[in-house]
Amino acid sequence: MPAELALYSDRLFFAAVVVYVLAMVLHGGEYSRRRSTRAAALVGAGAAAEVGPTPDEGPPAGDGGAAPGPRRDPAERLGRMAVALTVLGAGLHLASIVLRGVAAQRWPLGNMYEYTSMICLAAVVAWLVLLRRSPASRPVGLFVLLPVLILQFLAGTVLYVPAGPVVPALQSYWLSIHVTTIAASSGLLLVPGVASVLYLVRRTGRSNAVLDRLPSASALDRLAYRTTIVAFPLYTFAIIVGAIWAEAAWGRFWGWDPKETVAFVAWVVYAAYLHARATAGWRTGAAAWINILAVAVMIFNLFFINMVVAGLHSYAGLG
Amino acid sequence: MTTEAPPRPATAEEPPRGGRFALLRNTWRGLTSMRTALVLLFLLALAALPGALLPQRSLNQRLVEQYFADNPSIAPLLDSLGFFDVFAAPWFAAVYLLLMVSLVGCVLPRTVEHARALRAAPVAVPRNLSRLPHHGSAELPVGLDEAAALVRGRLRGWRVAERSDDSGDAAGRSFSAEKGYLREAGNLLFHLSLIGLLVMFAVGKLFGYEGQVIVLSGGGQFCNTGILGYDSFRAGLRVDGTELEPFCIRVDDFRAEYEQTGQPSSFTAWLGYQTADDLAAGRTDSWRPYTLAVNHPLRVDGSRVYLLGQGYAPRFTVTFPDGQQRTGEIQWRPVDQTTLLSEGATKFEPPGVTDDEQRRTRQLAVTGLFAPTSSGGEVVTSIFPDLRNPEVAVDVLRGDLGLDDGRGQSIFQVDQSKIDSGELVRVARANLVPGQSVTLDDGTVVTFDGVRSFVSLQVSHDPGQVGVLVFAVVLLAGLGASLSVRRRRFWARLTPVADDGGGPARTVVEVGGLARTDRAGYGEEFDRLRADLLDAPTAAPADDHEES
Ligand code: HEM
Repeated sequence: MPAELALYSDRLFFAAVVVYVLAMVLHGGEYSRRRSTRAAALVGAGAAAEVGPTPDEGPPAGDGGAAPGPRRDPAERLGRMAVALTVLGAGLHLASIVLRGVAAQRWPLGNMYEYTSMICLAAVVAWLVLLRRSPASRPVGLFVLLPVLILQFLAGTVLYVPAGPVVPALQSYWLSIHVTTIAASSGLLLVPGVASVLYLVRRTGRSNAVLDRLPSASALDRLAYRTTIVAFPLYTFAIIVGAIWAEAAWGRFWGWDPKETVAFVAWVVYAAYLHARATAGWRTGAAAWINILAVAVMIFNLFFINMVVAGLHSYAGLG
Repeated sequence: MTTEAPPRPATAEEPPRGGRFALLRNTWRGLTSMRTALVLLFLLALAALPGALLPQRSLNQRLVEQYFADNPSIAPLLDSLGFFDVFAAPWFAAVYLLLMVSLVGCVLPRTVEHARALRAAPVAVPRNLSRLPHHGSAELPVGLDEAAALVRGRLRGWRVAERSDDSGDAAGRSFSAEKGYLREAGNLLFHLSLIGLLVMFAVGKLFGYEGQVIVLSGGGQFCNTGILGYDSFRAGLRVDGTELEPFCIRVDDFRAEYEQTGQPSSFTAWLGYQTADDLAAGRTDSWRPYTLAVNHPLRVDGSRVYLLGQGYAPRFTVTFPDGQQRTGEIQWRPVDQTTLLSEGATKFEPPGVTDDEQRRTRQLAVTGLFAPTSSGGEVVTSIFPDLRNPEVAVDVLRGDLGLDDGRGQSIFQVDQSKIDSGELVRVARANLVPGQSVTLDDGTVVTFDGVRSFVSLQVSHDPGQVGVLVFAVVLLAGLGASLSVRRRRFWARLTPVADDGGGPARTVVEVGGLARTDRAGYGEEFDRLRADLLDAPTAAPADDHEES
């Protein structure tokens, strides 16, 4: 029975990846449709003698060119479908994680595969919540799903391990609190990282089909900041819980183990980001760079420290 | 909306008065500015990184030695700069001490300032409210007093200063309101508890200690009476080992369970312990029971006892030609953590030999490998960590073990130089299962009797850790308040409309708002306030929505 459940969990994981890919494709379509709609409008206006709109060009030229109604605009429709698929993907993803836990009969965060999967889910859920609050940022979805999919791909291939039990040090209820909150905050922090990158690109003032559909630079900046101020306290909490657990499991609450050290470094860089946001002259560009640096440190901690440096945290299960 | 740390960067308001004090003052200002804090934070992050990227003595001495072997040219240089002991290096201490100073220098004045701000009235209404990011105005068909009552009612929960306002033609009234003082309080709490946390951390480093000791299961005992009882001991800077809490521990039994794959699934040690009070009161024959497990340390007398690991101690009995017997039982060191293949050296003195010269030619050592579950082959290897099919592969050495040389030697090895010099020679080699023995050329019989488990325990003492936890929790609360509360200001200016014809009284109400902090979202709240106050068709709709 558990073996079967584990198999279903893997299938759901795969299904979630496929659905996320589809969502990305639709988001991509959202960008390209916008361009073709605009092109159609220009063609329609220029060549009045043409016999009607071309069949696959979506709405008639007049409609597309003037104020496009939200219903009719194909870009809008694609975008909405992309979001719907993202929700579906998140549902499948969650089911995959839950089944994995049932199959292994423990909290499903015992190795890097499970951990990375959880980070991805956290990122997607964070993104969906953000989207509810500011629907206008929807086109950013493409760029949120991109790192999520890369991580999912790595999780499903390089990091994958079959469902199984964990070593004694991990058999503690602290695992569920510490690792879940760390994964959740890491996932959450992925979103501001993406927003800050887009912000820096948008700020250059360049214009093309993709950039023009993104929210304004200041909206992206706000997106990054607002998410960080939720994720940062959560991350702080997760580190504190980790220290409490380390006190029980390893004999000291803080020992500068490589994983702890880099977590500390990331924390300090995020603190620097918050400071930069409150320091004249650093508030915009520099702050965004610091935010990107911080998320880079988080990812570095996830992969490099787990896989290359040996430490107490090396529970990756990568043998 | 600029929020600037109150101790402003070096652009001093007062002209420098020259001399040493100016230098001091400027240094102080520079050190406590936001920008310096930012730079120091980066330096701290940068300084900590090598601690993760290079092997550290405090974590794994062997990896450090490996690094020296692999990088013989650069390792000594890195070592002299302290890169293998980053968190004890002077430059690391310098960075965090500077940060501490900067933090104190920044937070204390801010605390004073905030305390003052809590008592002071909110700042007066700006001259031109329409310049503010949020603003609006309307002419209400009510008199001044009525309008004032309206504003006053709506600003419940805000800190409000009501003033009479003579800036216009007629005597009006103004309201200054502010909300969200908790943000600054939370922020200060955060920074103050950061200081507290670091201080308690330092207390732990100064007055704490940590020692490891190996105790045989099945009745082995250990008392925390001094450093010498430990196999390894790391003392805080102010610990000399004379004032440890003298509790005692006895390991009654130990059990490890494994998955089929050899992965451990649980470790449990059944202990008895006696507290320092028990011992002082002379209750030395009764033991308090405790079940020690991973994630479940024993907490006694302000210290904690942890189950760190396990291993095996093979027992050998040597029967000398004259019939005298000696039994040796000492832990062997696991060389492979997954199969617990172990190596070690059990050493024996010849009995009844008083002549030192003779003694030194007749000492014995049984050295080699121990496999808890032997593969059964010619070459002994272990295929499982549990005791299923124990076997040893040993060399018996005879000669001078070098025990009298005054040099400490490893309990797991014999002195290789004695073998090289021929003072210690191999006299037998055998694979033995429990009960089997090997006979030496002089008739001495070495028997492998059996195996006992040992546990490796760690005793930790950290008088600062409760303080660290308390400050960490307060820090988190402060951070939450600091990041979730918005500090915002609201102003209203009420000007009665000059009334020549005796018509109904009218009042112009202008409102303006300013979010003092980065947190966006004041726009919506302001819109609601404005709508409640200016709910009249004449209200000017102009409002900048930049923040919402
Ligand atoms: C060295 C002196 C320091 C100064 C002058 C300083 C100053 C400040 C100021 C003025 C704020 C308020 C920012 C705002 O209201 O948005 C702030 C916030 C903060 N500081 Fe510091 N700080 C210092 C050190 C530190 C250190 C060492 C850390 C942590 C490692 C830290 C972490 C934070 C955090 C997380 C916030 C919250 C950000 C926010 O409220 O938006 N600070 N600091």
